[in-house]
Amino acid sequence: MKIFLNKSLIAWYFILPVLFIHLFVIAIPSISSLALSLTDFRGMGKLNYIGFENFIELFDDRYFIKAVYHNVIWTIAFLTIPVFVALVCAYLLTGIKRGQLFFRLAFFFPYMLASVVNCQIWKYLFSPIYGIGTVLSGFGLDLFTTSPFTTKEYSLFAVAFVDGWHFWGFLVVIYLTGMYQVDSSLYEAADIEGASKYQKFRYITLPMIRPVLVFTIMIITIWSIPVFDYVFILTKGGPAYSSEVIGTYMYSQAFERFNVGYSSAIGTMMFFYVLIIVGLFGILRRLGWEV
Amino acid sequence: MEVASFRKKELISNYVILGIFAIVSLAPILVLIFNAFKPAVEFGTNPIGLPNNITFQNFPDAWIQGEYSKIFFNSFKLVLGTLILCISVSSLAGFSLAKLNPKGSNLVAIYLLVGISIPAQMFLLPLFLLWKNLGLLNTHIGLIIIYSALNAPFATFLIRSYMIRLPDELFDAAKIDGANILQQFFRVAIPLSWPVLLTSALVVGLAVWNEFLFALTFVQDEELKPISTILFAFSWRFINNQALVSAASIMMVAPVVILFLLFQKKFISGLTSGGVKG
Repeated sequence: MKIFLNKSLIAWYFILPVLFIHLFVIAIPSISSLALSLTDFRGMGKLNYIGFENFIELFDDRYFIKAVYHNVIWTIAFLTIPVFVALVCAYLLTGIKRGQLFFRLAFFFPYMLASVVNCQIWKYLFSPIYGIGTVLSGFGLDLFTTSPFTTKEYSLFAVAFVDGWHFWGFLVVIYLTGMYQVDSSLYEAADIEGASKYQKFRYITLPMIRPVLVFTIMIITIWSIPVFDYVFILTKGGPAYSSEVIGTYMYSQAFERFNVGYSSAIGTMMFFYVLIIVGLFGILRRLGWEV
Repeated sequence: MEVASFRKKELISNYVILGIFAIVSLAPILVLIFNAFKPAVEFGTNPIGLPNNITFQNFPDAWIQGEYSKIFFNSFKLVLGTLILCISVSSLAGFSLAKLNPKGSNLVAIYLLVGISIPAQMFLLPLFLLWKNLGLLNTHIGLIIIYSALNAPFATFLIRSYMIRLPDELFDAAKIDGANILQQFFRVAIPLSWPVLLTSALVVGLAVWNEFLFALTFVQDEELKPISTILFAFSWRFINNQALVSAASIMMVAPVVILFLLFQKKFISGLTSGGVKG
């Protein structure tokens, strides 16, 4: 009996519940996914080992290639516009006292709202019957006469815009925290030298917050791959696959066509992508980059 | 606190630029609020402005037609269940990782860190098949277990990083008074950690309230669906009655807004805690 009350064993009892739940829900299914990706399983019936055939097929699947391409566009879009806007706004916020809290809350607020609600808001605003288009046409401007969500050329960008609109305030708060950790004597010195607002941003703020900046670049690179909610709710990947991303494509393979093996292969590729990105940033850190 | 001291003239342009972005952030939400108080007939003539005639009728209409009393109950059940399960297992683990540090526990920390970055698509389908075989599909407890597992690593780290700063002397004193480890946890660690427990509860509760993908996949029974997937279906069902859809959206947002205004510091620090540490 006494051996079960050993101090380090008790410490492990405290950790076990979390480990158990996590293994049960995430680790074991993930490992099953690895195994299933090598089979032709279709949800029921026989299960055959087919090696890497699913992965080979993926490289020939033009809808999958298209989805990957859309995810690349998505990642680039998120790494540029929201990061740039958030950096500018955070920097401007450091310069003001009155109203700073208001702006911080205003920018952050959409991040708190459910994806369903945010999508509902923008579906309405972009709708040709009710939205901004009707108001603009009153001024003789024929913009948004069709919803960008239902137009092949714009659907992906429209969805990315909505997701970015909800996300960028999160970046503002992170950058702002980083900027407040910068030694203010650096700015004082720059003021004496007569540096402009832009020069102070370029030569003091930006280099000093590099660790935070690199961190956000890493999470955006990782989070841009499993995007699902906004695409699924706004367009379901359509029209005609024009906004299909890997997340929604995997979902339709899994739950509409029950291609268990095939969709597991997609999930597995996503997992390895994340591993590579995390590893890459780990290596950068090892190489002495302050990230 | 002022960091990059700006000149007076520059301040005006600061406010102008920030003001424009504040409008971009808030105006769409304001339109939603206006629409929730607009009679349905007004949408044809006044789609995005302030309501000409304010009505409160949309709320009871949406509440009854969408059976929201049932749906709210479903969502509250999921939030409460997840909080109980997730926060209790996370605070146990957080305490052990912060203060007891058994041999090999750093491996657990690494495992959980890797666990956070696994994309949901990696385990979604096998989990679905597993849940189907266990009879956990279309049950709230099934979803509560999933939500707890998804949020536990985050909560564990948050609680651990707080408990690590509690002075060891307090635990030593309790030990001298004859408290065993469980008593140290319940009588010392938990009462002193309530701020971080509240932060974790707010962040996890928000995540569960807003969650879409797992709710969509694991609960297809209309009677059991939470508010997020119901609102998704509702917005298609009443696509021609935006007054009802707006009112339903506001009902989903209202509890979040109230809690956010009460605990905005905790929400913001909790949600960005991963980022701030760098």
